[in-house]
Amino acid sequence: MSDLHKEVSELEGRSATAARLFDIRLIIGGLFTLYGVIVTVAGIFVSDADMKKAEDVNINLWTGLAMLALGLFFLGWMKLRPTEIPPPPAADSADTEA
Amino acid sequence: MQSPTYHLAEGLRLPTNGLDYTILAIYFIVVLGIGFAARASVKTSLDFFLSGRSLPAWVTGLAFVAANLGATEILGMAATGAQYGVAVVHWYWIGAIPAMVFLGLVMMPFYYGSKVRSVPEFLLQRFDKPAHLLSSVLFAFAAILIAGVNLYALSIVVEALLGWPQWVSIVVAGFFVLAYITVGGLSSAIYNEVLQFFVILAALIPLTVLGLKRVGGWDGLTDSLSASKGDNFLSAWGGTGIGDANPLGANWLTIILGLGFVLSFGYWTTNFAEVQRALSAKNLSAAKRTPLIAAFPKIFIVFAVMIPGLVAAVIVPKIGTAGSDLTYNDAIPLLMQELLPNGVLGIAVTGLMAAFMAGMAANVSSFNTVFTTDIWQKYVAKDREDTYYLRFGRLITAIGVLASIGTAFIAASFSNIMSYLQTLFSFFNVPMFVVFIIGMFWKRASMKSGVWGLVAGTTAAMVNYFWIYKQGVIDIPSDQGANFVSAIVGFVAGAVVMVAVTLFTAPKPESELAGLVYGTTSPGMSEAPAEGDDAWYRRPALLGWGAIVLAAACYIPYSF
Repeated sequence: MSDLHKEVSELEGRSATAARLFDIRLIIGGLFTLYGVIVTVAGIFVSDADMKKAEDVNINLWTGLAMLALGLFFLGWMKLRPTEIPPPPAADSADTEA
Repeated sequence: MQSPTYHLAEGLRLPTNGLDYTILAIYFIVVLGIGFAARASVKTSLDFFLSGRSLPAWVTGLAFVAANLGATEILGMAATGAQYGVAVVHWYWIGAIPAMVFLGLVMMPFYYGSKVRSVPEFLLQRFDKPAHLLSSVLFAFAAILIAGVNLYALSIVVEALLGWPQWVSIVVAGFFVLAYITVGGLSSAIYNEVLQFFVILAALIPLTVLGLKRVGGWDGLTDSLSASKGDNFLSAWGGTGIGDANPLGANWLTIILGLGFVLSFGYWTTNFAEVQRALSAKNLSAAKRTPLIAAFPKIFIVFAVMIPGLVAAVIVPKIGTAGSDLTYNDAIPLLMQELLPNGVLGIAVTGLMAAFMAGMAANVSSFNTVFTTDIWQKYVAKDREDTYYLRFGRLITAIGVLASIGTAFIAASFSNIMSYLQTLFSFFNVPMFVVFIIGMFWKRASMKSGVWGLVAGTTAAMVNYFWIYKQGVIDIPSDQGANFVSAIVGFVAGAVVMVAVTLFTAPKPESELAGLVYGTTSPGMSEAPAEGDDAWYRRPALLGWGAIVLAAACYIPYSF
């Protein structure tokens, strides 16, 4: 086995990313839900000038609802299929105090 | 893949209000938040540079698309659409998908299985130190250059759209990228890219829909453009017969070989800013699926950049010509100004900012990895503790961002030099693919052949472009077309020199080639598939061939 193989395998054994990195679905879900609400509200209180500018489409309303749906989809996905945190490899126990 | 120079027109100032700025401010807070929240997961240098090789495929796949979806790409491709019409689809369907599928299905077992941490490190394993050092140094320079050019392009767009002075946006955007990558490493860069992917889509889709409505739908769009630009403007292959004149300045052969084969495979399969995303996946199956998952959005994103480009060509028929003060690059900003009310406008501005930061961050996060593991750890400070390289990685990230900021200021004063340098560096990518493909498939290719293949291919491509084309020795109608031809020349020259050098020099010992060359496997790579990876929709072959068939099918409506 090459030196590189050994070095990277050893680092993989001590890696903390899998165990400690948060779930990005929370951030996407949260941000798009928030954006969705903001933009949908802007769409509910739409002005005539805004409608005229956007070719008579209430684009804020539609975009807002779509973003809200995407945000809720990610939050729901995370709820239904939470990340499984892999058990730490056996070799990891020695360096926890390091 | 494009290197446009930016000169945005005056009078594109957007009517932004407090609502739009609130949306933008929320985004910047979330970007920083991701960086600080990812901090706890960085314990080793591998966590910092490759997310500990532990991310799921959908995350690395979307980051793979987003790393390419920088704003220079979006504005540049919309510009290509406004200028050349439907032919812009070539950059996606033939100029990206086959290469992405090849990377996933054919090359990934060698990249991921050999446990290399970067593209240059693969060259070190397969060839020798000169090939490794040459590609590492060139990559590091090019990454800073591109990051700087991205920052500069951002500052011009932001000045035109929001009225911020250029130096403010250079410093602010540079600072945010510096903060979130230095603190959270690649995980933070990748998570931000996934978020950016969705924000960019939320910006482009409403723009595309309203743009189409403005010109009377797809039928209205095609009717106006056939009348003003001719039928070939709306066809992917119309006018590309060898010897025919078309605005692209390329024929079907140079499109397929130059763009579709050499340029595209060189970019997608050997550009570390892209490959790094796949190397951070949690297992071989996820690494293979990274570019394959990315291929599907890539097929459809073209509509969200091409259609705004075409719509701009209808609304402002003179766009890009002497009769208009708008350039092709103004297509998307123009539609934002014309069509989007406050609210969605804020989303669009945020999307554009996100895209600039994605383009810059991908380069910074790959630069720090190559500089630390390939240059510093191998040639300067060897055999230190891992914590040393982690600290050094953070330091060099900060230095890299400051160098990009410096580059952006230089670009602001000497923009011609910068676009010249970018063209120059683009030629170093050409022979990378030939060296990889021969190295991976021909066991005999000798240790010395790598570096000579790189040097010969680069030189040949440059000679063809700067001398044979620019000096008019042969006649190629456009820069674009000359670029395609130069790529083919560089590829052939690289291949010939590699074969010739191999015949006279010693091969690499068979025992050192395990897992690097086709027909061998890495020791310890026979890991059992993770649970669920055998589901039919996760089969790499199905995903890959599915993407190819879909891209080919997309051509049908635009080919006859």
